[in-house]
Amino acid sequence: MEFDVVIGLETHVELHTDTKLFCGCSSKFGSEPNTQTCPVCLALPGALPVMNRIAFNYALKAALALNCKINNLTHFDRKGYYYPDLPKNFQISQNYNNLGTDGFIDLIMEGQNKRVTLHNVHLEEDAGKLLHPEESNADYSFVDFNRAGIPLLEIVSNPDIQSVEEAEAYMQTLRSILHYINISDCKMQEGSLRFEASISLKESGVTELGNRVEIKNLNSVRSVIKSIEYEINRQSNVLNQGGVIHRETRLWDDKNQKSERMRSKEESQDYRYFPEPDLVPVIIEKSLLGDERASIPELPMCRLKRFMENYKLSFYDANILIQDIFIADYFDECTKDYHEPKAISNWIINEVLRYLNENKINISGFNIRPKMLTELIKLVEDGVISKAAAKSVFMEMALRGTNANVIVEEKGLVQISNTNELESIVADIIKENEKVVTDFKNGKKNAIGFLVGKIMQKTKGKANPKVVNEMLENMIKQ
Amino acid sequence: MHLYEFTALQIKEKIKSGETLAQEVIKELLDRIKVKDPDIGSYLSINENALSKACAIDDKIKSGQTVGALAGIPIAIKDNICTLDLKTTCGSKVLSSFLSPYNAHVVECIEKEDGIIIGKTNLDEFGMGSTTEHSGFKVTRNPWDLQRIPGGSSGGAAASVAADISFLSLGSDTGGSVRQPASFCGVVGLKPTYGRISRYGLVAFASSLDQIGLISKDVADTALLLQVICGYDNRDSTSLQKDVPKYIEQLDSIEKKFKIGVPKEFFANGLNEEISKSVNEALDVFKKNGAEIVEMSLPHTEFGVAAYYIISAAEASSNLARYDGVRYGYRTQNCKNIIDMYERSRSESFGNEVKRRIIMGNYVLSTGYYDAYYLKASKVRTLIKNDFDKAFEKVDYIISPTTPVPAYKVGEKVSDPLEMYLLDTYTIPANLAGIPGISIPCGFTNNGLPIGMQIMGRHYNEQGLLQVARKFESETDFHKIKPKFNAT
Repeated sequence: MEFDVVIGLETHVELHTDTKLFCGCSSKFGSEPNTQTCPVCLALPGALPVMNRIAFNYALKAALALNCKINNLTHFDRKGYYYPDLPKNFQISQNYNNLGTDGFIDLIMEGQNKRVTLHNVHLEEDAGKLLHPEESNADYSFVDFNRAGIPLLEIVSNPDIQSVEEAEAYMQTLRSILHYINISDCKMQEGSLRFEASISLKESGVTELGNRVEIKNLNSVRSVIKSIEYEINRQSNVLNQGGVIHRETRLWDDKNQKSERMRSKEESQDYRYFPEPDLVPVIIEKSLLGDERASIPELPMCRLKRFMENYKLSFYDANILIQDIFIADYFDECTKDYHEPKAISNWIINEVLRYLNENKINISGFNIRPKMLTELIKLVEDGVISKAAAKSVFMEMALRGTNANVIVEEKGLVQISNTNELESIVADIIKENEKVVTDFKNGKKNAIGFLVGKIMQKTKGKANPKVVNEMLENMIKQ
Repeated sequence: MHLYEFTALQIKEKIKSGETLAQEVIKELLDRIKVKDPDIGSYLSINENALSKACAIDDKIKSGQTVGALAGIPIAIKDNICTLDLKTTCGSKVLSSFLSPYNAHVVECIEKEDGIIIGKTNLDEFGMGSTTEHSGFKVTRNPWDLQRIPGGSSGGAAASVAADISFLSLGSDTGGSVRQPASFCGVVGLKPTYGRISRYGLVAFASSLDQIGLISKDVADTALLLQVICGYDNRDSTSLQKDVPKYIEQLDSIEKKFKIGVPKEFFANGLNEEISKSVNEALDVFKKNGAEIVEMSLPHTEFGVAAYYIISAAEASSNLARYDGVRYGYRTQNCKNIIDMYERSRSESFGNEVKRRIIMGNYVLSTGYYDAYYLKASKVRTLIKNDFDKAFEKVDYIISPTTPVPAYKVGEKVSDPLEMYLLDTYTIPANLAGIPGISIPCGFTNNGLPIGMQIMGRHYNEQGLLQVARKFESETDFHKIKPKFNAT
């Protein structure tokens, strides 16, 4: 039987504020356990939460960037459940009056227009972290509350995602939007970006949705994809054998690449939500809304379209350039100085990004500023230096932060494009290689490459290969 | 006259002028607590550092330094308000050895003004109860009749002031827990407007209703302490950003003409006749002094108790979820796993009244019941608020009895929680509406039990309440009459 895949994704994003959501503790990652705690985030008796305005504004910005309707009067609710990493045994979250509702994300996918609608976007606090001892028979665990109270943005999609590819595009697009609006460092390995998937299958053509299965413990984009693939497989096997899918929550085991049942729907929790009485409702003034809206830069999808339309870049190239807002800015900056977008794009994708990756640095710390790169590209395009020479110039520039022309001069890399200078060398090579010349005359076109190589050897790579090529052809014909 | 018989304001003047040493006051009070409190049971702990603090204040005065507004006044703190130096137990086995790492906002305020925390007073566990029989440690008794309850939950606070074993007390009032025991013990009890006093460091029972309140021997003493502890605090999001008037200076600057509303619902069935008579006589006192008395209605009063017990239980069930034995507080000795640890720790340490409310609170918040109970109760709350808003368009103050009956006997109704809940019928509406209310002594029953009258006012109008209450005090002597227990 053929099945349609129905996927919804829940995303938790840690906002990179300096302090926690309801107290003044630092939200820095990686400190000694329980050194960033206070009566509020440890839920000591008598302590009260006070909302971090900056975190709220970040969340608002995200809700706007994700095309949500904004509730001008929003409030927090308590979500009750018992777990040792949750100090109050309730989480301050939102349920009845979410910050943003009915948003959408247009996925960045080649040749497809796919819109995933969002149920809501809301702000809540993170929980602490359980640390289990190494020995398997230990009857205790530790809790680190440094993370407890860090602001989290939750983005809940509707079940609009219909394939693994769309799920992947959703995660990539969302991640780059969050990156563009600069509210999170989105590091999955540090837990600042986390996904939960819910998956169901339905018979093709049938409108009624199947029972959905939720997958938790997904620590990378890869594990989300693997777990979805696994789940699609598992569910279609069950259904094809006449079985039934039960509504349940499953835990992904990344090591063994499979999921296991965690709890069934019957065991699911009643969170007993009610409005948080220790916090007052937040009224969103028009001016704040305007300020936050104005602070949103051109978002990835718009940039992609602009790069493709204005610069005639391929989807592939444009998509690479827009992944990181600072790379995209760098590219834009380059095109101001020099209108050869394709050449610039090639240089950034092939050389700049490789250099950044290999040396693990950010574009902001990269020695070659846009104007310097375009000068280098111009030298190549104008035939002043060869492509091969340009690459070594590039490395020098990246290391020293020196302009291209300085390095070219220092190393004497200027190409010989003057035909007068080259004439005797070309003539000598033709004379010395009569057999190859005959081959060429007899139609063996690539024989000319051998001759060019010889000339390059003789000029120590300085001869302009384009000019040499032309000269060879002309002189052999004579 | 013994030092302990003076009011807080009087004793402060004596200390400031050098007539009396703060250490003498503390010594005398500590001695008296030792002798008298075993019969009352108002204190859960005594501050061992009180005397050295008093000496420090005496030194300050001797050397001519300025001292704070509460210089040398011993103040008792209800044991659900966090103190660095003394345990904060909330009257619960859960927190029987809990030492807070910080002082509540109000404690900071008091210490800054040179007040001396003398000890922590008994309460119904976490403030849940109206009799102080529901403490996890001991029962507190009424100085007017040791067989009777002092009211609650701030029973220790009220009894200690009435028995002259504290000069001033801080309590907390969620549904009447300051006004009702003040009424039963014949002292003054003020619940300010919600948000007037920061709740930072008040251990939460029902956050949207809780308010720190004051218990004192007379109205001036309440004004004195209120001045020090109220005002905006950025650690409590519900704290009010409102100017604080000069309460003491303006205590006698009452407006010549004011209108008092008397809500008929507060004088209906169930009201003890002697109380009804006393309050009506009190109204006559105001009338004689030029106030206009009008009968009026607060039509949704009868739903107050039901709405209150739903909302307060809901919030309590959530606020008390943190007592799980994981980070602090009572933890069971033997358990199989984490769930078992939660269950045993909580079952073994909470008292029955608290358990009852946790169960009730979880029930009314559950899926399928939320709309019918919690949401409905919230709507009733809005209606009650609206009742008051409308009423205060026509009258300046509303006067009622504080309680429908006088203090009953210890153990008399301990098996009937509903009967206990009704004790708060007249005090609950002010909490639901967030308005201020004060209870002052206005008479005695035939068998010598105090009767309290409640004055409620508009939001933020503590000043008006104090002025009206002061006016009554100046015309009557009820607040000067002390229980026989005090003399023996």
